[in-house]
Amino acid sequence: MNEVQRAQSELIEEFGLFDDWMDRYQFIIDLGRRLPDFPENEKTDANKIRGCQSQVWFLAEMKGDRLHFQAISDAAIVSGLIAVLLRIYSDRKPEDILRSSVDFVVALNFEQHLSPTRSNGLAAMLKAIQTYAAEAVRAA
Amino acid sequence: MNQLSNNSTCSDSTTSIAECRADFPALDQKINDHPLVYLDSAASSQQPSSVIDAVSSYQKHDHANVHRGVHTLSHRATEAYEGARDKIVSFINANSRREVVFTSGTTQAINLVAQSFCRPRMRAGDKIVITHLEHHSNIVPWQLLCEQTGAELTVAPIDEKGQVEILPLLAMLDENVRLLAIAHVSNALGSVLPVKSLISEAHSRGIPVLVDGAQAVPHLAVDVQDLDCDFYAFSGHKMFGPTGIGILYAKEALLEKMPPYQGGGDMILEVSFGGTTFNDLPYKFEAGTPNISGAVGLGAAVDYLQNIGMANVTRHEQETLNYMTSRLADLDDVRMIGTADEKASVQSFMLGDIHPHDLGTILDHQGVAIRTGHHCAMPVMDFFGIPGTARASLAIYNGKSDIDRLVQALQTARTIFG
Repeated sequence: MNEVQRAQSELIEEFGLFDDWMDRYQFIIDLGRRLPDFPENEKTDANKIRGCQSQVWFLAEMKGDRLHFQAISDAAIVSGLIAVLLRIYSDRKPEDILRSSVDFVVALNFEQHLSPTRSNGLAAMLKAIQTYAAEAVRAA
Repeated sequence: MNQLSNNSTCSDSTTSIAECRADFPALDQKINDHPLVYLDSAASSQQPSSVIDAVSSYQKHDHANVHRGVHTLSHRATEAYEGARDKIVSFINANSRREVVFTSGTTQAINLVAQSFCRPRMRAGDKIVITHLEHHSNIVPWQLLCEQTGAELTVAPIDEKGQVEILPLLAMLDENVRLLAIAHVSNALGSVLPVKSLISEAHSRGIPVLVDGAQAVPHLAVDVQDLDCDFYAFSGHKMFGPTGIGILYAKEALLEKMPPYQGGGDMILEVSFGGTTFNDLPYKFEAGTPNISGAVGLGAAVDYLQNIGMANVTRHEQETLNYMTSRLADLDDVRMIGTADEKASVQSFMLGDIHPHDLGTILDHQGVAIRTGHHCAMPVMDFFGIPGTARASLAIYNGKSDIDRLVQALQTARTIFG
């Protein structure tokens, strides 16, 4: 099991602790609140993922052999979901990102949030993560 | 008061109007284990069974192309389509059926006026006046027109309550203005504009007026002759009809002078490669096979509203709106966006520092559907310095119990966001 798959399994286990939807959302919101600060000077249009209702800023860079991502939203739930994506995908090897399933989307019941028809920028962010990973593998 | 149709449970008394809910099958469902509370009718209203059945019956029994065939189905389709037009004529009190053009909706109606009425008349230096609270569909068509003609778009200001500032607007109506284009009711704020007096002021300066009535027609009695507007645009899907159908009302004398907006079948009398003779009004503006079933559904929606009576609709919605506004105001930490003295059916608000998108997500979990975001009125959001609002909007099927559910859901949201 690679690091990306392992991070997914851990999250699925953690989310399994909640049977109440309110607790689940509170957990997501807390994850968002603990996101590292996103540099103010990087909150530019170029770093913005266009979403209809909330704003999402996203940055990617290679650090050694790993892809490092930073992101944040002005909406709390979206920031929480970003935190989930970062726990799974940030500071991982690009090939691990590409080789991993996206089982967590269904397992965590995130389809509604990550569907491309939801205009919150998250589906676009997941796609951007995979695109960066593919480019990194090609460049290597 | 008209007779009630067989499939409406509504009657004309305010107390039983709440029973209208039963006429709308889509409202009878659970969302995330909670009975649906639908407070997004300003985006699109639900359809009563009478509309759904009228469309279905047309599709099952009467469909063919209109204005063309000699066969029975074509006659029936034409009668259904033109019958719907007659219903609109009476609903808005147009002078004649020649003044009622079917369009795909308010947006197309406004674009038609921009391109067919204004564009040939405009030169560099001319002006179109709009207000700061317009929906994008009453902004962008004018921006395109200005780019095409070198004309200028002038925007009348609004105040902190979300009301158009009348004196500055009147001061903008100078001899270079070719059209005043204003909302009847603001979609984001609910403000009702004093359109009748604005039209009279504009006319006294020789300026024609277009009214965007998308948010007014479902809630207020609209009489285009009494308003004396030159153009009045509205959409079927905000007044219990189907999507993809709407109306442009225009004074006959203006329509006569306007060139066609689009070319195609049905809008012509004779075509040869030497030239084309255009059809009579309103067909000159209805190129191609129209949305026949949409028109049939819209006709049924008009019947539905007229059976209840627009005065009763307005009274019931005002009562519900007042109740909603006071219940929301009782919540701590609520900022009301849009507090005009005269309002219809809409309340926008912010709850503490909760992002509207987050609020909408948590409300949806409790079966409460509201709209969140900029409501296609980004200049309004800029004016109030916010990214968007939560907006609860009402229709005839909403009652006080819906508002109680909304308030309860907002309290739960506040617990979650702590």
